[in-house]
Amino acid sequence: MAKTVEANVPRKARSQMGEVWHQFRRNKGAMVGSAIVLIIVFVALFADVFLDYDTQVVGQNVAERLQWPSARHWFGTDELGRDIFFRVLYGTRFSCSVGLVAVTIGLVIGVTLGAIAGFYGGTLEEVIMRSTDILGAVPNMLMAIVIVSVLGQSIWNLMLAVGITSVPQFVRITRAAVLTVRNQEYVEASKAIGLSNRRIIFKHILPNCLSPIIVQATLRVASAIISASSLSFLGLGVPAPSPEWGALLSGGRKYIRDYSYMTLFPGLAIMITVLALNMMGDGLRDSLDPKLKK
Amino acid sequence: MAENILEVKHLKKYFKTARGTLHAVDDVSFTIEKGKTLGIVGESGCGKSTTGRAILRLLEPTDGQVIFNGQDITALSSSKMRQMRRDMQIIFQDPFSSLDPKKTVSQTIAEPIIENKILKDKKAIDARVRELMATVGLAERLVNAYPHELDGGRRQRIGIARALAMEPKFIVCDEPVSALDVSIQAQILNLLQELKEQMGLTFIFITHDLSVVNHFADEIAVMYLGQLIEKAPTEELFDHPVHPYTRALLSAIPIPEVGIERPERILLRGEISSPIDPPDECRFAKRCNYVCDQCHKSCPQLVEISEGHFVSCHLWENFK
Amino acid sequence: MEEQKDMVLEVENLNVKFVMEEETVEAVNNISLHIKKGETLGLVGETGAGKTTTALSIMRLVDSPPGVLECDKLEVCGQDVMGMSITELEHIRGGLVSMIFQDPMTSLNPVFTVGQQIAESLERHEHLNKNDAWKKAEDMLELVGIPRERAIEYPHQFSGGMKQRVIIAIALACSPQLLIADEPTTALDVTIQAQILQLMRELKQKKDTSMIMITHDLGIVAETCDRVAVMYAGKIIEEGNLEEVFNHTLHPYTEGLFNSLPNIKNRRSKLEPIRGLMPDPTNLPRGCAFAPRCNYATDACRERRPELVSFGGTHKAACLAYENPDFHIERGKKNG
Repeated sequence: MAKTVEANVPRKARSQMGEVWHQFRRNKGAMVGSAIVLIIVFVALFADVFLDYDTQVVGQNVAERLQWPSARHWFGTDELGRDIFFRVLYGTRFSCSVGLVAVTIGLVIGVTLGAIAGFYGGTLEEVIMRSTDILGAVPNMLMAIVIVSVLGQSIWNLMLAVGITSVPQFVRITRAAVLTVRNQEYVEASKAIGLSNRRIIFKHILPNCLSPIIVQATLRVASAIISASSLSFLGLGVPAPSPEWGALLSGGRKYIRDYSYMTLFPGLAIMITVLALNMMGDGLRDSLDPKLKK
Repeated sequence: MAENILEVKHLKKYFKTARGTLHAVDDVSFTIEKGKTLGIVGESGCGKSTTGRAILRLLEPTDGQVIFNGQDITALSSSKMRQMRRDMQIIFQDPFSSLDPKKTVSQTIAEPIIENKILKDKKAIDARVRELMATVGLAERLVNAYPHELDGGRRQRIGIARALAMEPKFIVCDEPVSALDVSIQAQILNLLQELKEQMGLTFIFITHDLSVVNHFADEIAVMYLGQLIEKAPTEELFDHPVHPYTRALLSAIPIPEVGIERPERILLRGEISSPIDPPDECRFAKRCNYVCDQCHKSCPQLVEISEGHFVSCHLWENFK
Repeated sequence: MEEQKDMVLEVENLNVKFVMEEETVEAVNNISLHIKKGETLGLVGETGAGKTTTALSIMRLVDSPPGVLECDKLEVCGQDVMGMSITELEHIRGGLVSMIFQDPMTSLNPVFTVGQQIAESLERHEHLNKNDAWKKAEDMLELVGIPRERAIEYPHQFSGGMKQRVIIAIALACSPQLLIADEPTTALDVTIQAQILQLMRELKQKKDTSMIMITHDLGIVAETCDRVAVMYAGKIIEEGNLEEVFNHTLHPYTEGLFNSLPNIKNRRSKLEPIRGLMPDPTNLPRGCAFAPRCNYATDACRERRPELVSFGGTHKAACLAYENPDFHIERGKKNG
């Protein structure tokens, strides 16, 4: 038996994730962004604990309609007397879930296709990438409008429409990441120890492609929220009276001259959420990509 | 007569490129006896690594046969081939890219055991991993370390443990020490030597460093531009090299001694030519100091000039 | 004073640290180097020994921050490099001192022809006009064994060995006093390495240039150098002429390096590797940096840091074991 080689090991104290967290923590913008995202997620999760949907969110109270913001109604009330603060709070649920589910749909389809294209190459890759190009060539909004119009207006179809428009990005990013990992020797090594292609992709290749995918997913949630709001604004999103942010904007549109607060607050909510997600995504990208490290 | 564990017959591996067909391995044949080590030596681009990978079917050979333990493995289906891999393993050159950065030491070593269902009990797997770590000289406290925390020598030991996990009979070592510092290189070479003696392993040892194979191999095959140009028992090759390329290669090794008489250095002209659609002439003709008309007319065949000593050169009789 | 004139490089007590947020890497510790005109010094050591950092410090090319460079004396041909302004430094770099890097693939700019790249440095340092610089560039190519017609070609049209020839041509174009070659042949095949080393030897003789040859290969040192300095963990631990270091080795680490090398003549000899690993440069041991790996280490070695001590002639070593007058290493016994 060979003797155990012993010496003062230059072991770094941190694990890989620890290193990422260390880098991330130093980025102030990213930390602020993630703090806001955390609050938003908290609100989305527990909105129904604080608020009674039927009475406080969609229940009408014509007596108190069109009131400017006050201590009683922080963001004012709309034309049916509903409290806009409550509606914006509850709307977090709709907007966030649309963003998350849509991105999940895009992620699952996009990553699978991208991994297949990157790993197998050849004709399969050509077919996938060219189809992706065609899909990417249609303006996202137009595509989403078509999908919703064909399938009908519902929150699930909205998610699906927004999800499908984000597929091309995920395909491209995954394929690029897989291409770099595929040629590493450890992939060859796992082939040499008798792993099947499917296991090689899921156990060795994809885990090492996660960084760019995570970053992309974070940034995509933000744009999915915008897309969903835009569709709702156009009347193709979540049907009334659900307080989706885009729908709130759309509802306030008629009153924008006299009651501007009705559009201001949902708009701010969208802006802050998207900004926070983008700051978090940028921070993640910087800390996950060792090449950008100082 | 010793038993041949591996027989390679007319192995070819071509790659299609935009500029033509790249002849990475062009009609290579050799045999290895059980328990012996064959060193494959050559410079970058000579096809030595491709040969190693084609033998294991990590790259599908374009043509030719690889007979392992009497069975032609080039004809096996991919699932049969996966079973065959238990007996045939590889150790890679780059200790930094050959390990999955997301897996700990024990996960990496345990993977072949779990995937091939060699052991099923979790405790038994764990014990086996520790045993393998001890065999290759890795301290037990490193079980949960990640590759990026370790130096090149330790990473190379992990790669060796992974290859040993399935108790293979035959291992291709693809430049296993080229990326390491001399003091660490010697540690790994000694480890491989011990393993070979204890487990009766058969090795193919691919390297560009002649002084390393000299130490390690029983037989040496020299490759140039995809072809085997000389093969002989190690001592014979070092004492009586015949092919002009082998002789130049041997004379080019810098000797770390002072005050000795240095053998005359044979300098070659130019550099390795393109392996894309090579013409039908001796592949070495363009750089050879002894080139004659014959060399440009046809590609020489490998001939046995003395027992176990094969050379492919039209003029071998002049150099003997 | 006569001797002073001949000195191309004088470095006294060079220290280089990299100060980072959480840790300080002590890359080079108290190194002194003296190189005479026409002399070649081999700087030997393993990865992380501080060879390249030492070389970069001579041209003040160490990034600062995080690098902190301290030095009692750093003179090239009698000129104080430490006190120089950026403009003066630029005159030194590529003029008086030039450097050849390890990787010929990335050291050339892919968008200029090789002729332009050689001529550029001639225009800058020798103040030649365009035509003269181009002519001289072609001459330089011929000198390194490349036909002058190829001056109009781009780097990607050259093979690895040819690129390294071009880099040598650039480095020698302005007739530097000191050439620093950082592992110039590591990326090349042995037969090409033999060609390049031969070329460097010839050129050095022709131009009487001094050279620092950084390498991990003791064989290359034996073939190209006059003197050798062995580095370990940022320190020179043994220094002397070839005969002294190779045939009368003093330091246990140098011995370990020799014992780790496969012997080409005696293939049955067993390799005796140095056990363990290089120490962490952010956390060097209190005593001798090599003590944890050394077979001869005593308690004193673990407590005190050894200084470079002269052992007669030009031979110096930093090893406390020699405080015991009877001490000798195994190899020393063999060599007599």
